[in-house]
Amino acid sequence: MAEEPILHVEKLSKSFGGVQAVFDVGFDLNHGEILGVIGPNGAGKTTLVNLISGFVTPDRGEVMFKGEEITRKPPHRIANLGLARTFQVMRPYHSLPAYKNLIVPLNSPRVRRTRGGKLGDRDSVAIDLLEEVGFERDARVPYKTAGSLPLGYLKRLELARCMALRPEVILCDEIFSGLSMSEISSLIPLLEKLKMEGVTLMMIEHRLRELFRLADRVMVMSFGSKIAEGIAAEVMEEPRVKEAYLGKEKTG
Amino acid sequence: MEIIIYGAINSIVFALIAVGFSLVYGVSRIPNFAHGSIYVLVGFLTWSFLNDLKMPYWAAILSSLVIAAALGLAIYRFVLMRLRGLPTSEIIASFAVSLIILEGLRMQGIAGFKGFIGPFYVLPPLIEGKILVMGVFVDYQRLIIMGGGISMLLFLWAFTHYSKMGLSLRAIAQDEQAAMMLGINSDRVAMVALAIGSALAGLAAVLILPLGNIAAEQGYRVLIYALAVCIIGGLGSWAGTILASFVLGFAMIISTSLFGALWESVVLVGTIILILLVKPSGLLGKQKELEERV
Amino acid sequence: MPAETRRKKRLDRSIKVRSEGLYGLASWREMTYLACPRVILIAGLLVLPLVLDMYWQRVLCAAGIYALLALSFDFLAHFVGLVCLGGAMFIGFGGYISGSLNEYMGWAPIVTIPIATVAGAFLSTLVLVPCLRLRGIYFAIVSFMLPLFAVYVIIALSLFGSTEGLSALATFPNSWVEQYLILVVVLVALFSVRRLVSEDIGLILRSIKDNDQAVKASGISITIYRIKAVFIASLIGCFAGAYLCHLYGWVGLSLFAMDFSILPIAATVLGGMGSLVGAVLGAFILTPLSEALRGFGQLRVVLYCLVLLCFILYKPEGLMNVLERKYHQFEKWEKV
Repeated sequence: MAEEPILHVEKLSKSFGGVQAVFDVGFDLNHGEILGVIGPNGAGKTTLVNLISGFVTPDRGEVMFKGEEITRKPPHRIANLGLARTFQVMRPYHSLPAYKNLIVPLNSPRVRRTRGGKLGDRDSVAIDLLEEVGFERDARVPYKTAGSLPLGYLKRLELARCMALRPEVILCDEIFSGLSMSEISSLIPLLEKLKMEGVTLMMIEHRLRELFRLADRVMVMSFGSKIAEGIAAEVMEEPRVKEAYLGKEKTG
Repeated sequence: MEIIIYGAINSIVFALIAVGFSLVYGVSRIPNFAHGSIYVLVGFLTWSFLNDLKMPYWAAILSSLVIAAALGLAIYRFVLMRLRGLPTSEIIASFAVSLIILEGLRMQGIAGFKGFIGPFYVLPPLIEGKILVMGVFVDYQRLIIMGGGISMLLFLWAFTHYSKMGLSLRAIAQDEQAAMMLGINSDRVAMVALAIGSALAGLAAVLILPLGNIAAEQGYRVLIYALAVCIIGGLGSWAGTILASFVLGFAMIISTSLFGALWESVVLVGTIILILLVKPSGLLGKQKELEERV
Repeated sequence: MPAETRRKKRLDRSIKVRSEGLYGLASWREMTYLACPRVILIAGLLVLPLVLDMYWQRVLCAAGIYALLALSFDFLAHFVGLVCLGGAMFIGFGGYISGSLNEYMGWAPIVTIPIATVAGAFLSTLVLVPCLRLRGIYFAIVSFMLPLFAVYVIIALSLFGSTEGLSALATFPNSWVEQYLILVVVLVALFSVRRLVSEDIGLILRSIKDNDQAVKASGISITIYRIKAVFIASLIGCFAGAYLCHLYGWVGLSLFAMDFSILPIAATVLGGMGSLVGAVLGAFILTPLSEALRGFGQLRVVLYCLVLLCFILYKPEGLMNVLERKYHQFEKWEKV
């Protein structure tokens, strides 16, 4: 059953004063899949996320979300349509309890719409949400100040911030970065659960092995352009991809 | 024709007034609200040196400029330096300094200080007389403004492109952290920037004030003009400041001749609001806000 | 060089620790501890009209006006991140609208004041909205220019009595109404804003100030919230203006004077930026002081600014912080 892709990107380009950060990138994100986006540093992956989520206006190209064009819409509108994104650099409130960080998204028009009018107690919704992402309620973790949480929890908090919007697509920008192997291993079930609930994920990652456990398909970027797309095992064999990561093979 | 000449002169006036402020803000991101007050202060100082101390004109001018630069430096060292990084406090503090100076000049009866009240304070023009330029009578003073203004702008350009200190200023303006890593002392540079900025305000004062009289209230006007130019021209852009000076300079002259002097300020603020609505980062502003941060 | 042999140690009082959290309301003693400062504030303010003589009663009213302005400045500056140097604009708008309604339509203060408050707020917000896109300092600058600009417009268009202003407007029936009206409004405004700030809206505004990217990514429109905040601050300021108009029975260009812009700022800095109560407190301290110095003319302004500078440089937390500390903590010298 051919279904329209939930996210369709076409010929997206952006240059910053002479540096071409993203050039002619186009791809489809299918409903319910996990698409990995990989590539060496400086390939333009974060810029791509910024372009799609509305934080940066593209020079050319278009982005269609659920059939609607969102190319130049402001970020908060895009978030309200159901496309959320995480930030690599998070700045939660150090001195406030962790769950307070979710109050902001819980006040968005999208949440107000879907939960209908008076939300009741936003605080308790926030705490429930944190429990969903693995904050142990009994140990009072949701009440701890964000400043005292280890990185693994902060990443979950960031994910929870997106989930508060009950989005249909989440763009994860290097959510594994800085985490230890075991922390990543405990994060993976959460992402699988999201997928099971029908959330589509696009994950920018450097940790290839862990990413390949999750991703259905993979897209490779280098110097701002897409150089390969497909199933992980096949893509990694392509000469261009190898070249991008390892450099040209010496001849002779 | 008249409009073109007076428009050009007016534009240079704006440029003179704004460049000092723009320099300081471009380099250190400090809004020096005291800019306008230093302008007026220099005017009164020169007047006092001239009339009370009977110094020769050039000496009076030079001394006031030196004092202005020292004051700018002091303002940074004793007030602003302690508040770096707290934008709210920086604004409030430099605003307070500005008021202390301006209202202080109007004080009467403290320790025998008479206070500079009334429209009687005038600085004599550097050269008296008019000259016929392309069919329009122009005072020599205005021509001096043109000449002075243009040479100052050229000098500044050369300074920031060829001298060590000037290059440091530009370095800090472009990327403070990188410059600091290269060993450029950001506080020192800020002090120099403020000293130069204040001296520029003073220079503008001695060139422009002879056209009219000196009054403390002008401090606010000058500040507003400087700010208007910076907003319209865009932050951090030399070309923007100059362009905006011309835009405003001509706009004001044209509106004065069409509608009368009363509407001057309305045109000024109107232009600002227009720019804000259409292109908030200014005509040539390099405000890559979002792109920079994300 | 020998190190200090003793240092000050500050500990929370035990009653403070006990009264934190839910169980604070369990005992009478703790409830009083929590309620005390508020009660003192409320009772103190309400009692003042009874003990002051006529001259100082007038000063009290003026202090109330400045308190409202200071409150609105503090709210905007510290919870929304907008430094509004043009508080005089609110006074001017509120005052002129109220005055005009009274003069040209003949409506009584009880009608003109509410209308002026709301209409003034709409007008102020309208004027400030295009400026919201500006970065902090530019907003400060433009807000500073707006009252001056309003003066030019009024003169140029010869509106509202131009330089003469409008006079012989209705005043309040008696001095009790005068004083209690402003005092009650100050208290209500103060507690409302405090409430607002601790609710979700307050959190959102703070987030906008600290990390607006995350807020946008969470689906919240920053502009809308800032507009709401500006509107609230304008309501407070314009009420002050409308009240002033009927307090003195006169409006004129001096309503846009810088005094109305500066004293609230000085009051806020003095009282403690961000504390809201501090702003109000600061106003009630500075206004009588300013009255006492009336004879000195311009020196007053110079003095406010010097005080402001000293506080901002050396004691930015302001008085409120000191008071709070004394109340909640006790100090003890301990040997190191």
